[in-house]
Order: sequence, then C-alpha cells, then structure tokens
Amino acid sequence: MADKPKLSMYWAAACGGCEIALVNLNEKILDVDAAFDFMFCPCLLDTKKKDIEALPDGAIAITLFNGAIRTAENEEMACLLRKKSQTLIAFGSCSAEGCIPGLANFHTRDDLMKAVYLDNATIDNPGNIIPRPETEVAEGTLQLPAFYDRVRTLAQVTDVDFFIPGCPPEPHQIWNVVSAVIAGAPLPPKGGVLGAGRSAVCEECDRKKEDKKIAKLFRTYELVPGKEACLLEQGLICMGIATRDGCGALCPKVNMPCTGCYGPPEGVLDQGAKMVAALGSIIDIGDTKGLAEEEIFRRIDAVFGSIPDYAGMFYKYSLPGSILKGRIS
Amino acid sequence: MTADKTVRGDTAFEPKIIGFLCNWCSYAGADKAGTAQSPYPPNVNVIRVMCSGRIDPQFVMKAFEQGADGVIILACHPGDCHYKEGNYRAAQRYRLLLQLLEPFGIERERCRFDFVSAGEGDKFVQVITEMVETVRALGPLIIPA
Ligand code: SF4
Ligand code: SF4
Ligand code: SF4
Repeated sequence: MADKPKLSMYWAAACGGCEIALVNLNEKILDVDAAFDFMFCPCLLDTKKKDIEALPDGAIAITLFNGAIRTAENEEMACLLRKKSQTLIAFGSCSAEGCIPGLANFHTRDDLMKAVYLDNATIDNPGNIIPRPETEVAEGTLQLPAFYDRVRTLAQVTDVDFFIPGCPPEPHQIWNVVSAVIAGAPLPPKGGVLGAGRSAVCEECDRKKEDKKIAKLFRTYELVPGKEACLLEQGLICMGIATRDGCGALCPKVNMPCTGCYGPPEGVLDQGAKMVAALGSIIDIGDTKGLAEEEIFRRIDAVFGSIPDYAGMFYKYSLPGSILKGRIS
Repeated sequence: MTADKTVRGDTAFEPKIIGFLCNWCSYAGADKAGTAQSPYPPNVNVIRVMCSGRIDPQFVMKAFEQGADGVIILACHPGDCHYKEGNYRAAQRYRLLLQLLEPFGIERERCRFDFVSAGEGDKFVQVITEMVETVRALGPLIIPA
C-alpha cells in the first residue's frame, strides 16, 4: 500500500462539481484506488492540512487542484500543494481559467461585499457587518483569510504542470488522463492541456454546417432549435466555435448551445474576443451594403441588441484567464 | 509604460494610442497627410494591416493590456474594401467589442472606428486629432498589476 504513488485533490474557490466528476468515473474509481494512494481530498476524505504539511516536499505524485484563487487561504493551499506535489494539475475550469467565481472580476470587491452582506434582499444585517481579515473581540483577535480584489487562476499564483479544462472535466476525459498516467504513457510538454483536444467544439459536433448568415440572434429560451442544423446558423449563440473540443459536443447534442466551459482553443488568448471575431463574421451583411455609414452601425446594433449581456456570456468561464482579467477600474 | 502615466486631468498626460489602419485606404490616407506635411498629434502608433477585417478583437484587448490609453481602427469606406467586405466585418466586430469593453471599465470613447479613404489626408488628421483630445480628457487607462 505505502508504495503506491500518492494522489490528492483539493478545492479552492469551487463548487464541488469537479469532485463529483471524479466520482463519476464510477467503477473505474476502483482502478484509480488500485494504482494510487488517494490520500487527500477535503470533499471525500478526512485528511487534514497538517497531514499535508508533515509530508516531505514532492511526496505527492499528482495533485488535482480545482477551484480558483479568491482568498488568501486558496493561495496558501495552492502554494503548499505545489511544494508537496511532483505534478500539479489545474483541474477544471475554475482552476484553469477562473470560471463562474471569476465572473466576479467584472465588479470591485467592495461592490461584491455590499451586494452580498448589505443589499441582498434576504440579508438582515443591522450592524452592517462585513467580513474582515481581523476582528477584535474581548477574547482576542479573530482571523479570516483575506478576500482578494480579484479572482485569479491557479497558474497566476503558482507554477502549474498541466491543465485539464472543463466545468467540470468530463469523466471519460479524466479517465483518459488517469489511465495514460497509470500506463506510464509519455505526457505532453509542461504547461500543456490534458484531457481535451486542440481545436474547437464544432470539430466534434455532428450538426450540419453551411454558410453562416445570421439575421437575428435569439436567447436560448426564445427558440426551439431544429435538430439538424448548426445552432449558431439558427441564431442561437453557440460558443462551440470559440471553445476547445474534448467534451464530445455534449450541449449541442441535446439542443443546447455550447456555453464555452472547455475554455478557449489552443493558441487563443481570449475566448470573449474570439467570440466577437466569430460573430462579426457571420452576421448577414447583405442589407447593410450601400447604406449610409451611421445607418450601418444602427443596423449592426439592432442585430446584436437582442442579447443583454455579451460579456457575461462570452467570459462565463474564462474572465480571470482572459487578456484583461477583469474590470480595470 | 505606466511610469509616465499621470493622474486624470494632468496636462502632462500624453495619451498613447494604437491605430490599426488598413493598407489600401486608411494607411494611404495617413501617408497622404504625411506627404502634405499636415501637422497632427504624434500620439498614435500606427500598425498597418492588410485589411480592417484582419483586426482580431484580441489585438485591441492586447493593446489596452499593454498600456494603450486608446485604440483607433480605420477602414475603407463601405463599398471600397479591397477584399469586398472586410470593412463590414470590422464594423460588426467593433460594435460588438464595444459591448465587451464597458464591463471591463473601458469607456467606449477609448475605442473608435472610422472610415478614411486613400484621398482623405484631411479626414485622417481630423479623426486623429479628435481621438487624442478625447482620450486626453478621459485620462490614462491604468491596468492593475
Ligand atoms: S470547474 Fe465547474 S464543476 Fe469544477 S469546481 Fe468549477 S464550477 Fe464547479
Ligand atoms: S457552432 Fe455549435 S452547433 Fe454549430 S457546429 Fe459549432 S458546436 Fe455545433
Ligand atoms: S458543449 Fe460547450 S458548454 Fe457543453 S460541455 Fe462541451 S464545452 Fe462545455
């Protein structure tokens, strides 16, 4: 037993879905257990931080780190696990790109605190108490981990060996990675993406693609799309075109547009900007030709006007990992 | 680059603006202004692209991230695009990009799109001058570390 390589999994600013994805390996979890000493995972096991601190550096073979870096505690655990692990993997979208917690970067920390602790309709906080890193009470000083100004990705606070994208990563892709490691297969160069492709979701999507010309955009609830044609061609904003392949085009398969959870494809720095580029290419310009210049802008705005929040939509999973990383002022 | 940035309203602030100009019309327009020796503010660093349709919105994001206080995109007039409709594509991307910039806290005036033909040296001077003054009034764009 003691000879098996150690495997750990940790959650930082996360939802717990990544642990569920691991458990969704179903019976293959027994193979994981046979190959590894699965020794740390606060969601599933009772090992404590002090047990990790007591290990020699590099004692853990692989750490799957899910969750973004929101607090000082998240960062402390990221650095601790980096030190104790030979291979640190950013597991899931939160860790790789910032994901849903990272959408908070469109707001300032003060706005968030105000919304959550003061203005929220279901909050009764007559003392207007907002969490602080240190609070003096009669018995001494109470401490909480600092809440940072911005959400960061794992790679923005420590050195990361590999990335497994997805919200959460698909179990079959987790298995691809785990079984390759068990078999001793060579891994890609450091910094590479595991458990996904290099291209876009469209590559693995079976829907019929034709010349894209869109005259009107719909929100998902406004349209029951046809089962055959590309969703984007039908006017739904499907982000498959700016999202890394690997999931098997799960969402378009069940008539839902891709929302982008596998992050940007290889070589793309900014998923939102890529969606702007893609949508700019497929809006039907037929009837804008020959119009006055101001009228052209008005027409374009009218087509785009039916969707209320492009930034939230295009950066749903990737804001902290994007070029600008969040609100700048 | 951020070292020379000063507070909003400080007259010492010289905006740094990145200009993406299409090769066939707007760059030639800028050239015309140059040949005519028309004075215009030196704040715009021009990047020549073969077509305004080549301007990936990532370039604009990158320019802001790298310290630009403003970005200007100049394209051929509608109907004049060397590649038929690159400028329409650029206009569409620009209008959508504006919607992304706002939640990032980047005022829409920091990103301008206009049409300048090869013959419009004067319009080039006018557009550049306006842009520099607009961005000067907005103050520097400071990207957190
Ligand atoms: S990547 Fe998705 S499933 Fe995993 S922790 Fe983040 S939000 Fe949850
Ligand atoms: S845009 Fe969406 S629906 Fe269309 S091919 Fe790509 S993934 Fe499939
Ligand atoms: S289709 Fe898109 S949103 Fe759906 S699982 Fe795949 S990458 Fe994620």
